[in-house]
Amino acid sequence: MSKKLLAGPYLVWMAGFIIIPLALIVYYGLTDRNGIFTIANVASIAEPEHVKALWLSLLLSLISTVVCLILAYPLAMILRNRGIGRGSFIVFIFILPMWMNFLLRTMAWQTLLEKNGVINGILSLLHLPNQNLINTAGAIILGMVYNFLPFMVLPIYNVLCKIDDDTINAARDLGANPVQTLLRIWFPLSVPGVISGITMVFVPALTTFVISNLLGGSKILLIGNVIEQEFTRGSNWHLGSGLSLVLMIFILISMAVIAKYDKNGEGSAF
Amino acid sequence: MKKGIFIPGLAVATTAVLLAGCGSGAANGTDSAANSNQKNGGESSDELYVYNWGEYIDENVITQFEEETGIRVIYDLFETNEEMYPIIEAGAVTYDVVCPSDYMIQKMVENDMLAEVNFDNVPNIDQIDPAYMEMSTAFDPENKYSVPYCWGTVGILYNTKRLEELGVAPPTKWADLWDEKLSGEILMQDSVRDAFMVALKKDGFSMNTSDKDELAKAKQALIDQKPLVQAYVIDQVRDKMIGGEAAVGVIYSGEMLYIQEEVANLGLDYTLEYILPEEGTNLWLDCWVIPKNAKNKENAEKWMDFLCRPEIAKANFEYITYPTPNKGAFDLLDEDLQNNKSVFPDINSLVNCEVFRYLGEDVDSVYNDLWKEVKSN
Repeated sequence: MSKKLLAGPYLVWMAGFIIIPLALIVYYGLTDRNGIFTIANVASIAEPEHVKALWLSLLLSLISTVVCLILAYPLAMILRNRGIGRGSFIVFIFILPMWMNFLLRTMAWQTLLEKNGVINGILSLLHLPNQNLINTAGAIILGMVYNFLPFMVLPIYNVLCKIDDDTINAARDLGANPVQTLLRIWFPLSVPGVISGITMVFVPALTTFVISNLLGGSKILLIGNVIEQEFTRGSNWHLGSGLSLVLMIFILISMAVIAKYDKNGEGSAF
Repeated sequence: MKKGIFIPGLAVATTAVLLAGCGSGAANGTDSAANSNQKNGGESSDELYVYNWGEYIDENVITQFEEETGIRVIYDLFETNEEMYPIIEAGAVTYDVVCPSDYMIQKMVENDMLAEVNFDNVPNIDQIDPAYMEMSTAFDPENKYSVPYCWGTVGILYNTKRLEELGVAPPTKWADLWDEKLSGEILMQDSVRDAFMVALKKDGFSMNTSDKDELAKAKQALIDQKPLVQAYVIDQVRDKMIGGEAAVGVIYSGEMLYIQEEVANLGLDYTLEYILPEEGTNLWLDCWVIPKNAKNKENAEKWMDFLCRPEIAKANFEYITYPTPNKGAFDLLDEDLQNNKSVFPDINSLVNCEVFRYLGEDVDSVYNDLWKEVKSN
């Protein structure tokens, strides 16, 4: 009984901030302006502009996820091998920028990438030709990788730390070379962390609109931008909610994948 | 019936959360201090819920209003008209006084969302130049609902030095924004109506058109222009132009005073000039209105009257730097400012200008769809 009481505040929290907003989105997504049931909002994902935006979002977030994984895995291995004390200090340094607002950090990239920005400033000092960096798909990917990399590193690092040294030593004793150890011991044991990292990068990258607005100059329309525009500029909450419901399907798929591979929650980030 | 009870309840819960977030971000030091002082004695009649654009008032004015009237001001911000509208419509938070633009006021009038202002309580309305009362008849035909606050135009800002380097003559018309030499040097407005205004006016169409062919042509023009555009931005045009990021940008006239000061302060080696394109442009007017469901209508009228007071309007003008329709305030300004054509353009130069009109939900969604096509292209 007392356990149930203790869960009370959490239940209120869940109802207020998860269930009610979700129910509202479902309500708006499945009705038109007159409050009559319709699936037109959800079906509008098939419109060419929306398909294009969704496709581009999937592509960009997939690329960012792969880049994050390639960067994060070796980093997590290095951190783990440095031992708990020094490793966790580096992890701390790594998380430190996350204390700063996400928006500010993205805006900082704007000043770095701009035509008269820091990078082009250095290039012209070296008498190298200026590069057109900002307002490109590349800039958006950079922004996604930069912002979401910690979410890939931390779960992988956590899982790697839990692998017993003896397991590795046993593999070496039995004659496995480093590549074999990596592929047959390290990697299979770290799959839960990798899966968790992939979802934690892929889902926010898929739904972002801030990064594409700031670093893409609003020239590149992602599905997140379409939804944001419907709310803030189109006054069409119904269409925006309908499209959000479609996006939620992708998120549910990735959660199902997590549930399959990460049964014990080993790969959780913190 | 069920729906009627269920949905507003939910809406209250969520928008209250949303707005609480906005409010705390927006509250300034003095304002929130004043709030807490009076919290205990606060009755509903001593309150005023204000919903305004960001950076659209001198914050001292709010404090002064509170001190003078003893009314506690709860001040919230919005970024676009379109964002404000559903919140007023849902009625979850009842604002007493709101500051939308022309076409949005028309939409609110048409949807019966505004209360008539009792002008007996707003004697300072005399201070508003009759020309602007006339202008506002475009959206408020009998001048019953709105009190003009700021006005302005949309034009082209250009960097003289950068254009020289590119070998391009200073722009005089919208069509100049389709010059291929300006590739990557153009900043466009990231909003449906403003972007289409540029394309429609370029071809001599009305910016309030609902003609399919004209709109299709404008859409194609915007798609053709897109490779030349550096970015679609709103408020950032100002800072990007000051930073020398682009050669030309579409901008609201009110930013000019700030830009000129900033260029002078930073000692930049280029100048930024503003022109009104000869094909005509958007003439806009933001006004204070009272939503029908306002709880403190009299306080709202006091607020309107207070803001129409010349010295208050002057303080606001100095902070916002958007042209004021208040002739009392205009007379108080320095002569330099009065003659600054970038800020207060000649009425004669505004011949081809139009005020945005609300075109109805169907046409609105046509615009939105076309804009999405431009953006996703």
